[in-house]
Amino acid sequence: MTVPGRDRTTRGHIVGEHVIGRTVAKLLIPFIQLYGFYVIAHGELGPGGGFQGGVILGASIILYTLAFDIEAARKRLSQKVSDLLSSTGVLIYGGIGLLCIAAGGAYLEYGKLPLGDAAFASHLGIYGIEIGVGITVAAVMITIFFETARREDA
Amino acid sequence: MLEFIAGKYNYWIHVTLMMIGFYAIIAKGNLIKKVIGMNIFQTAVFLFYISISKVKGGTAPIVWDEAVLYNNPLPHVLILTAIVVSVSTTAVALALIIRIYREYGTIEEDEILAMGGERINAQR
Amino acid sequence: MNIAEHFPVLVIVIPLLSAVIIPVVGRNNTLYSWYITVAVTLSCFLISLSLLNTVMSKGKISYWLGGWEPPWGIEYVVDYLNAFVLIVVAFIAFIVSLYAKKSVEKEIDENKITPFYSIYLLFVAGLMGIVITGDIFNLYVFLEIASLAGYALIAVGRKRAALMASYNYLILGTIAATFILLGIGYLYMVTGTLNMADLRDRLPMLYESRVVRTAFAFFTVGLSLKLALFPLHAWLPNAYTYAPSVVSAIMAATATKVGAYALLRVMFTVFKPEFDLQVVPVTKILIVLALIAIIAGSVLAVAQTNLKRMLAYSSVGQIGYIVLGAALANQVAMTGSLLHILNHSLMKGALFLAVGAVVYKLGIEEISGLKGMGKKMPFTMAAFTVGGISMIGVPLTVGFVSKWYIVLGALASDMWFIVPVILLSSLLTAVYFWRIIEGIYFAVPDGAGQIRDDAPLGLLVPTMVLAGLCIFFGVAAVIPASIAGKAANMLLGGV
Repeated sequence: MTVPGRDRTTRGHIVGEHVIGRTVAKLLIPFIQLYGFYVIAHGELGPGGGFQGGVILGASIILYTLAFDIEAARKRLSQKVSDLLSSTGVLIYGGIGLLCIAAGGAYLEYGKLPLGDAAFASHLGIYGIEIGVGITVAAVMITIFFETARREDA
Repeated sequence: MLEFIAGKYNYWIHVTLMMIGFYAIIAKGNLIKKVIGMNIFQTAVFLFYISISKVKGGTAPIVWDEAVLYNNPLPHVLILTAIVVSVSTTAVALALIIRIYREYGTIEEDEILAMGGERINAQR
Repeated sequence: MNIAEHFPVLVIVIPLLSAVIIPVVGRNNTLYSWYITVAVTLSCFLISLSLLNTVMSKGKISYWLGGWEPPWGIEYVVDYLNAFVLIVVAFIAFIVSLYAKKSVEKEIDENKITPFYSIYLLFVAGLMGIVITGDIFNLYVFLEIASLAGYALIAVGRKRAALMASYNYLILGTIAATFILLGIGYLYMVTGTLNMADLRDRLPMLYESRVVRTAFAFFTVGLSLKLALFPLHAWLPNAYTYAPSVVSAIMAATATKVGAYALLRVMFTVFKPEFDLQVVPVTKILIVLALIAIIAGSVLAVAQTNLKRMLAYSSVGQIGYIVLGAALANQVAMTGSLLHILNHSLMKGALFLAVGAVVYKLGIEEISGLKGMGKKMPFTMAAFTVGGISMIGVPLTVGFVSKWYIVLGALASDMWFIVPVILLSSLLTAVYFWRIIEGIYFAVPDGAGQIRDDAPLGLLVPTMVLAGLCIFFGVAAVIPASIAGKAANMLLGGV
């Protein structure tokens, strides 16, 4: 399986050794990540939400991996960190649900959280869950890509 | 008769796509093509769900003073979940295919079966 | 805050959150992963016992997720049927997790043991979710969680044939789940609701509509593949044979039973019994398929030389019993079918765990490898024998109790032709088990059987517990029979 960045075949469209590809990627990735956060945050008002924003965030790291090298990406985001991030998002989600139980309501009944009136607490609860989902989805997308793109002798 | 075909065109599209995907799963020998067929099959079902959520004359389901009818947002939410399930299934399938490739050296189903793929009790 | 009233949701949340905690905690030490797994499955078992207690004293429990009232919100409903199946699943999960420590050390690579426990807990969480939910789309989601975890569990071992078996199971299982999704879509399209109780109220006036019948057809086919009813059983023998022993044990004992539970829910709670008997006579088709499954499973099992493959084909036959009892749709037969859910889990669990102990000590899975083990591994072979005679249906064992109920139910429906089929299959079961038992106790071990002592205690104790329960619930059958009877009554007529 070819590793992006190291392949020296004649297929010129590989982003690997091109200065242009790397520069454009370096310029675009922060905007893509900002857009990903925007999609997570505005899921209740328009198309979007946790899963979609998480995929966009994951895609930004995958773009980095494609433009540079898989080892460089791994150095920035080690396996331990991505495993921990995937667990953290699910724990945020479950934790908010359990907090609602502790606050006296049913599971995931955000209205009962002590954060102001019921509508505002509901809004914040959904917001928290979406952030958790986004973190997990981004981490899982990155993990899947790294595991499938690894060198075979690894 | 024309009403039957033209009036229900969303169902026709959904059924056609579904059968294309189903055919790909059954008839193709390459493992990746089967996964692609599975994806097409699932996407057809998602299209069906989304197509039934449109209400004639409805607008986007966000509260708006001048709106009379809203589209139904529930099938969209169901399909979000189903898309996540589909992505996870594709990820597991691809991971399996990578391991199969490392073990057998090929991803053509008939070659794997010829190597005794399912009959060999080989422990490595 | 009374924690007991949140038990319906905690029984799912605890395994789910623990499944993601395990990769963090057990990163370098697989022992912690095992401790967490055992603790979590034990707590799920205790919670499910408490749920049954509440149902017996207060009636049906209904838990509104997020506080939203059904039919707008997702509702978790616990009644006799739910609580019964929950206890079975939780108990088997606990026993197998006790067994798992030594067994996975031999059969799975070191660096995959922690992810194994994590996926195991996800599998258990998915199964419990299927059992406890009262919302039909939630059923699909948990079905997919359990199925995906199952595909991963089958492929985690060292055998390369397991990979193709898992891939086949994945493709077939996803087609089945997509059929179920399509059925849910059709039902939603005509009724506008996803809640099972609400569907039960709204569907009767729509029974003549083609959309509802198509939805029912999709549900039946999709769920029949998940529970491996003949002829949709083709994935099962390879999946059970090549998976690690722990995975074969838990999947044989729980996954197909939960699929049977889902089919019962759809056939008798979402669609009323009149639909299955008069409007679309699907019960007749299911009776025929179940009878073919019973015979085909036993015949194919006789022809096998690999122990696990033989037990897998035998499972196909036993699932035919469960569907037969359900399709006869009278009180006695349905009680027998529900009892068989418990009994078959105990029997097959004991058999697969005993085979796992043999694989641990001897490293081979062939029937010929058991020759003469009666003296070398007395306790393991005793458990295997108990499981075997239970499967045949000897009185005083659990196998006899459920077969008796189903025979009585068949006679109550005037379908006397079922009785010779059941007798024939019991005879075939006796054939393939007795030749193994004869080999165990009356033959001389050959070269591969030169071992000194029995399997270690960590493997023996769970196996003996399950085998002991095979006898206990065969003698004291009135305890599960009363619960199963109430559940059958509720499915067939009451609410």
